[in-house]
Amino acid sequence: MSNSLDAYLILAGILFAIGSFGFLARRNAISMLMSIELMLNAVNLTIVAFGSFVESLRTSSSVIALIVMAVAAAEATVGLSIVIAIYRNRRTPLVDEYDTLRQ
Amino acid sequence: MAIPDAVPVLGIGWDDVLFMVLAAALIGTGLLVVTMRDIIRCGLAMMACFGALAGLYALLGAPLVAAAQVLVYIGAISVLILFAIMLTETKAAPARLVFQTQAIPAAIAAVVLALIIALTVGSTDWGAVPARLDSATDAVARSLFRDFVLPFEIVGVLLLAAVIGGVFLAKRERSDPS
Repeated sequence: MSNSLDAYLILAGILFAIGSFGFLARRNAISMLMSIELMLNAVNLTIVAFGSFVESLRTSSSVIALIVMAVAAAEATVGLSIVIAIYRNRRTPLVDEYDTLRQ
Repeated sequence: MAIPDAVPVLGIGWDDVLFMVLAAALIGTGLLVVTMRDIIRCGLAMMACFGALAGLYALLGAPLVAAAQVLVYIGAISVLILFAIMLTETKAAPARLVFQTQAIPAAIAAVVLALIIALTVGSTDWGAVPARLDSATDAVARSLFRDFVLPFEIVGVLLLAAVIGGVFLAKRERSDPS
């Protein structure tokens, strides 16, 4: 099982689905950001798994995974500071209470 | 004493056992991240999830990515998220409803997405070799600093811009210019 690409890809798909569920269903903005991190990690697992089983991607997959990690770190920084800036104005981290445009 | 090639009772290889344990830990902690009520515990479960993923990277023969996963995700991003949780949670506010009203359609959509991915993976020939390939760290370094040197530099500039932007966004604004 650990020597088949399909097992890793399906595992990454399940993790991506969990992350997408969290992004759609949670109310807290930071929970949504954590779900985005889960989805990014699922994609990274896919990249590394391809590099481990496809000869032509052997070294470049690790490089691509490292670059994805750096971009994810940048995304987390900006996303969390946006959440903190909104929290400072609205005093709540719940996204369904950000409804100024609806009133 | 030599370790046998396969697990004595079950008759499956150690790699398979390790894969199953890590996969179960990954999916279990991932589900905890999206379903638990207390958001601090969600953050701690996310750290465990990243740890299981680092184990999977090591199992896949990418030790550099596994080390970077531990350093960047468990070390930096999780701490950042825990700080943000502690900055935005107030003691007075009770953890009311965790989910939006559309949680059930979201769950159905996620299950359908997982099924579609599984079907696609099962019905596609990826041209994969049957054995795992290890990626040597020196080859990765040579590739990173020769073939991928432009993306590497761009990512450096991106990180700098993100850090400056994060500081600017999270900075408390002075209401009066005194």
